[in-house]
Amino acid sequence: MRNGVLSESPAVRRTLIALAVGFLTLFLVLPLLAVFSEALRRGLDLFIAAFAEPDTQAAIGLTLLVAAIAVPLNLLFGISAAWAVAKFEFPGKSLLVTLIDLPFSVSPVVSGLVFVLLFGAKGLLGPLIDDWDFKIIFAVPGIVLATIFVTFPFIAREVIPLMQEQGTAEEEAALTLGASGLRTFLTVTLPNVRWALLYGVLLCNARAMGEFGAVSVVSGHIRGLTNTMPLHVEILYNEYNFVAAFAVASLLAGLALVTLVAKSFLEGRYGDQLARAHRH
Amino acid sequence: MAIAIRAEGLAKSFNGTAAVRDLDLEVQPGELLALLGPSGSGKTTFLRLVAGLESPTAGRILFDNEDATALSVRDRRVGFVFQHYALFRHLNVAENIAYGLRVRPRATRPADAEIRRRVADLLDLVQLAGLGKRFPTQLSGGQRQRVALARALAVEPRVLLLDEPFGALDAKVRRDLRRWLREIHDRTGHTTLFVTHDQEEALELADRVAIFNLGNVEQVGTPDEILDHPATAFVAGFVGEAVRLPVNVASSSLRIGPHQLRISCGKVTGPAELFVRPHDLALATDSQPAILARVLAVRRTGPARRAELALADGLPTVEMELPAGHTARKGDILPVTLVNLRLFASR
Repeated sequence: MRNGVLSESPAVRRTLIALAVGFLTLFLVLPLLAVFSEALRRGLDLFIAAFAEPDTQAAIGLTLLVAAIAVPLNLLFGISAAWAVAKFEFPGKSLLVTLIDLPFSVSPVVSGLVFVLLFGAKGLLGPLIDDWDFKIIFAVPGIVLATIFVTFPFIAREVIPLMQEQGTAEEEAALTLGASGLRTFLTVTLPNVRWALLYGVLLCNARAMGEFGAVSVVSGHIRGLTNTMPLHVEILYNEYNFVAAFAVASLLAGLALVTLVAKSFLEGRYGDQLARAHRH
Repeated sequence: MAIAIRAEGLAKSFNGTAAVRDLDLEVQPGELLALLGPSGSGKTTFLRLVAGLESPTAGRILFDNEDATALSVRDRRVGFVFQHYALFRHLNVAENIAYGLRVRPRATRPADAEIRRRVADLLDLVQLAGLGKRFPTQLSGGQRQRVALARALAVEPRVLLLDEPFGALDAKVRRDLRRWLREIHDRTGHTTLFVTHDQEEALELADRVAIFNLGNVEQVGTPDEILDHPATAFVAGFVGEAVRLPVNVASSSLRIGPHQLRISCGKVTGPAELFVRPHDLALATDSQPAILARVLAVRRTGPARRAELALADGLPTVEMELPAGHTARKGDILPVTLVNLRLFASR
């Protein structure tokens, strides 16, 4: 890389690197450090005590529950959508691809509001659901729905480009060799996208646990019942309970770090496959 | 003898565009039939119809006189080899070859030891013994295609279908694999269809060649029949290095540009097309009807010398093989006659 045309003078190079590192420090490293230092400012005891709070435990439990429902469902939706888009031709395909990206382009608050308008007490389907004595808005089902909606694109978008590039030849080969459709899917299609799938699941999970906007609209913020971790952080913070707020926040930040490490491990190991998926 | 594969009135269109139209073709058991044609002539679509990878818009396909049109791909028992190999990238060579045996229902699946033995035999057959543990990405293109063939043979297919099997390989490997495929075919005796757009490959390798054009078969025959007796103007123009000349036939004389040649023209009359290959022209003796042609250039092609000739202004130039020791040079005028007459009435 050190040819005469492409290399800048040492001064320029150092300035650019300093700028980049400075920016990262200011906007990423410092806030992250602040979260952990605030959480531990009054000592480890108080930090641990923050998690003994029943409301906090309920928030953590709810977040885990929501992710445990939303991620597998989106795994299923994502694979189905990718399978349909990449391997078959049908009318309305490009519309479907556009729709998959919709949650990315819509503000999460709007996503939440959509569900309120649909399932709220005065919503379109509200009265119907009322008859069944089943609550969606300001209850766990609403939170799950909003989370599924917001995290829908993550897995599908990882898998679709890879599947499209791989084409259908291997599946056709499996069929000519006598494999059934399901068998072909399980032994050929799925193994070929497994790393992209894992990568998508990681991103989907991180977002499912960290989603604030859409969940905030549909949750109703009932402590111990409909509070997820991000919402709980906000409540604690607004109550000037900084140690507890940052303690819970540090858990979310820890999740982000774990995701980051797993992500860079996958990229290092299976970078070629994933890079292909991202080129599009 | 029974017909191995018979296509009756087969047609396939994609979104209203016909790829194969009203096609009839019979494949003899054990023969190696090449499907040759320009790109877009429907040969690959036909192969995929035989395999069951596409379903026909109309017509029937029979295997051994039994209607197979409604059979799914997996029930047709065909071995299919794809142009770009389509090996399972997450499985190694041995697992790739064993795939077709392992996916069988328990009742008909061979025991593990038997599968291993069959895989070893096939690896020997395709000369890849010892490479069973490799992954497809660790093989060269030629090796990958041999794995693909072994994988297709593993299921003991009724017919072997190859879609431009050597299309992605370089010229040297193509020639080697071509000979090797012929050997494998002679040893295993599978009825084999293979698609190619390389006429040298088709004419050298196949027992018979089917010439495809515009979704239909123009002619089926041995390489000799195709080359020496083309049935249609398309075949005459497509195979060999033929030059197409517009001519006119009237009362047993042939008019080429300003020249009149007294020569028997069979049943053709009126405007026609004459296909001329280098071997169809010869120096005329004094008694023969001749055209006086001007030599534009003399070229060496292998052992022979060829003269590029202008018959008349405005006509395409033709080539003629020169007898050994002939001293023709650029600018000479030579008397030339037609040895072979490949003449088709203009449509």
